[in-house]
Amino acid sequence: MFLFIVFAAVAIVAAIGVVVSRRPVYSALFLLLNFATLAAMYIMLQAQFLAVAQVIVYAGAIVVLFLFVVMLIGGGELNDIRQRNLALGARLTWPRVMALILGLLLVIGLGYGIVTGQLYPTQGDATAFGLGSVEAIGQTLYTDYLLPFELTSVLLLVGMVGAVVLARND
Amino acid sequence: MVPTSYYLILSAILFAIGTLGVLLRRNVLIIFMSVEMMLNAVNLTFVALARQFVQLNGQIFVLMVMVVAAAEVAVGLAIVMAVIRHKDTTNIEDVNLLKG
Repeated sequence: MFLFIVFAAVAIVAAIGVVVSRRPVYSALFLLLNFATLAAMYIMLQAQFLAVAQVIVYAGAIVVLFLFVVMLIGGGELNDIRQRNLALGARLTWPRVMALILGLLLVIGLGYGIVTGQLYPTQGDATAFGLGSVEAIGQTLYTDYLLPFELTSVLLLVGMVGAVVLARND
Repeated sequence: MVPTSYYLILSAILFAIGTLGVLLRRNVLIIFMSVEMMLNAVNLTFVALARQFVQLNGQIFVLMVMVVAAAEVAVGLAIVMAVIRHKDTTNIEDVNLLKG
């Protein structure tokens, strides 16, 4: 329960941070934090494969894509990062303080979950590890859901072609 | 074990915050991020209910949502780049070419 409260608080505050940040780059980084807490929640919900996929797909690909665009169009500048003689207090604007607190909370939560074993899926529930493991997901995906799975590859192809066509410079 | 309803409430809160972001912000990138957040809130609902009913269907659906989200982000950001190249703005108020 303690873990859930910590992760839920971090997720909600990070979500608010996404919406209220002035600069898009802060929004993107808060979004990253939100996705990370949701990955931790997936582990608590015995969806281990989805947690990994969440980190790889959302945090690894989507947020990086967002950051690319933000950096490309401007608005991603962190003005005072080059000014070496700035006092520490002047550097601590509110998104940075929030990010520090939230990141520490996330790390504390993960550490607590690992030390007490609450983030290990086999504890507490007998059916636990069978539910969201890679083996179970793969078995279902390649038998019952084979056709939708193949169709997603077509969707990805269409998305790729669409992105290339739209981003082409002519 | 945390009750499923708590996860559903959290998911609803995240979805509401995402909706607010879509409705209140004018920056197209932040709107886009809020949409992603809403997708994630729905994913959390699916996973929580998949555990509740001890069924994998919800998790498979989340996988599909992730694929769709990835394709959507690729195409959407390409559109954003095209708009920026064309009009040099990220404010959606300025993008009103189809307005009558």
